[in-house]
Amino acid sequence: MEGRPFLEMRGISKQFPGVKALDKVDLSVFPGEVHALVGENGAGKSTIIKIIMGVYQKDEGSVLLDGTETNIPNVIEAGNLGLAAVYQDLTLAHDLSIGENFFMGQFPRKRNGLIDWDHVFSKTEETLKALNVDVNPRLKITELSPAMQEMVAIAKTVHKKAKLIIFDEPTALLSNEEVEILFDIIRKLKENGISVIYISHRLEEIFTICDNVSVLKDGKHVKTLPVAQTNQDELISLMVGRDLTDMYNINHFPKGEELLKVENLNRSKVLKDISFSVKQGEIFGLFGLVGSGRTEVVRAIYGADAIDGGQVSFKGKAVQIKHPSEAIALGIGLLPEDRKHQGLALSQTINHNINLASYKAISKFSFVMGNKERARSEDSVQRLHIKTPSIHQLVRNLSGGNQQKVIIAKWLCCESKLFIFDEPTVGIDVGAKQEIYKLIEELTKAGHAVILISSYLPEVMGLSDRIGVLHEGSMSHIVEREDFKEETLLRYASGL
Amino acid sequence: MKLLSQKHTFRIAEGNLLIIVIVLMVILSFATKNFFTANNLRNLVRQTSVNGIIALGMTFVIISGGIDLSVGSVVGVSSIVISKLLVSEMGIFPALLIALVVSTALGMLNGWIIHYGKVPPFIATLGMMQAARGIVMLLSNARMIAGLPKAFTGFAQKVIIGFPSLFFVWLLVILVTYILTTKTIFGRNIFAYGSNIEAARLSGINTAKVTLSVYAMSGLLSGIAGILMTSRLGNGIPTGGQGYEMDAIASAVVGGASLSGGSGTILGTVLGALLISLIQNGGNLLGINAFILQIIVGVLIVASVWIDQKRKNVKS
Repeated sequence: MEGRPFLEMRGISKQFPGVKALDKVDLSVFPGEVHALVGENGAGKSTIIKIIMGVYQKDEGSVLLDGTETNIPNVIEAGNLGLAAVYQDLTLAHDLSIGENFFMGQFPRKRNGLIDWDHVFSKTEETLKALNVDVNPRLKITELSPAMQEMVAIAKTVHKKAKLIIFDEPTALLSNEEVEILFDIIRKLKENGISVIYISHRLEEIFTICDNVSVLKDGKHVKTLPVAQTNQDELISLMVGRDLTDMYNINHFPKGEELLKVENLNRSKVLKDISFSVKQGEIFGLFGLVGSGRTEVVRAIYGADAIDGGQVSFKGKAVQIKHPSEAIALGIGLLPEDRKHQGLALSQTINHNINLASYKAISKFSFVMGNKERARSEDSVQRLHIKTPSIHQLVRNLSGGNQQKVIIAKWLCCESKLFIFDEPTVGIDVGAKQEIYKLIEELTKAGHAVILISSYLPEVMGLSDRIGVLHEGSMSHIVEREDFKEETLLRYASGL
Repeated sequence: MKLLSQKHTFRIAEGNLLIIVIVLMVILSFATKNFFTANNLRNLVRQTSVNGIIALGMTFVIISGGIDLSVGSVVGVSSIVISKLLVSEMGIFPALLIALVVSTALGMLNGWIIHYGKVPPFIATLGMMQAARGIVMLLSNARMIAGLPKAFTGFAQKVIIGFPSLFFVWLLVILVTYILTTKTIFGRNIFAYGSNIEAARLSGINTAKVTLSVYAMSGLLSGIAGILMTSRLGNGIPTGGQGYEMDAIASAVVGGASLSGGSGTILGTVLGALLISLIQNGGNLLGINAFILQIIVGVLIVASVWIDQKRKNVKS
């Protein structure tokens, strides 16, 4: 590309407690360039975006805008510098019109002090027309389809005179025709010299619309290539291909009887004919990209969401699980992805949270036997090495790893036979991760079964006996341990 | 300072509250000669008992993360129902039973609307507050119902071993609600639900049961309070109970219950109700303008929550 890049990032590093999110990353984007950013979950894509948008501050390195070294202290400053982003959760005011959204906070006024609505709507219409987006600017956001809402969000960034627009998984909610409309808009942005950073795990899109692609892996910049000089397979091998450490290798034990069988699980628009089974002592991994339906599968099995079709069998018997209490009674325990908001009662004590789902076993005529309650908690704290001064400590004061152990303890007290872990080690430091892996190993040693959802390949490959790969709601492949290969799994997950 | 724990009978907040209540009583005993008289103390206790019982029902609802604005109107319904039944010469026990069934049913209706209709508690109970008061007016023809049997009205005046009969009813309610919240699965589940309803559901708790139960409890206790109030007043009064929801909420909040759910104690609410009563009673005896007392109570409510928030922030 000619001229000078609009955005140049040199040697950017960012450290969080326990994890180095970015390690001396370089990134340059020219005016009128569409630059793709690819990498697995946790590779550092969203971190670098947040640094550009002023949400995070870099620890080291420099950011140059139009050749000048610049500091981006906060989101408002980022906006003033011409940087904009369109995220999956669009930041639009839903009950206001398109015009009001565009001019929010900066309404033009007439001489008498009242808002000049004519100007608001005519200017809005102008911007929309320039992008070939045909919609009435007076419509409220809620009256628009999700695809149209996204177009409006993009148009808003153009209205705010953005010089660089970041698209984060923009096609997640769009149909094929709508994707084409999006691409037309992006081509228009190119024509107008706006820089675009395009993040998507749908590699085929990158080859349709992008000029260059940068690959991030484990916080490091691997390579930047012109799109015309590479292909999907090469990108995938650049995204993975690492030395698997021993941390994820646990002992695997002989498998017992089939415990869970899922046949043709269906949930309209979300899950399509999911079938798999899990044996006692087995760790069944569920791998897939964001939006592939992993959490939805386990929630459906657990009775947290309703299903439209399919059959679940537990211990050989067909079951209809309509509510989590039924799953728990059968012996299934779920450790949700969002442990703070779905797995724990944060304002309550460890003592309460550990016993939360199994009071019947320690109660007489509905009266809780306090001494048994305490004994159970003390025992769990000891066995699982939960770091706390007392079982009466409030759970919100524990570290992420210890919170996770409390949830595991809760299910152990229920004598669960099948443990479903949904992204169990997110936000947990390395030491605690190893302890969780050890606990998972012990569960299988005791003959329990585990379903493990993880978007981190080394983790899901190291721990699982088999992996079911999900792609857009269907389980496209079930891979045996001896056939585990990072590239293969990522290709399956990308629908290749 | 030890961290908050449910193991101990008193949290730091309640310990402080107890001290404040005792100190206030001591001050009032010296400040005015009429405070520490049998007559005044009995009246104080009688009034606090009625409000205190309603506040205990409110505590269940607040722990669950909700609110019940209809308690005052349910008190009114209970009062008019029992008055009409007694005047029509029904026996006292059947009349009591019916009045309590009606109040509990109204509470359950609140719970049903809130859980299945997904109507926010504020709105559901606001609607009930209006509708129930309308029922009261219809049933009573907006007129006082007199002629209640002496056996009934005499109850509130009874004194047993020096304490008013109403006190013993309150004590019983305190005991039962204390046991329910601290020693039963039901109690544990309300706290879990109030703390995080989704986590409670995913942990197998029957959330419909919890919702219906806490509002039914509030209705039941409001019903009991309405009956006691009627006995005390001697007549069925159509405006009976008006405004009681505010005192109930204030008592619970001063006592440490958080409107965001997951915390609150029976003992705290009892102390909160006592404190507010003491301020009103003592202030009255001291000749302080009633409106100034109102301001003081308002400040007390805000101050309790302010201090509580500060304490929470310092910890985290």
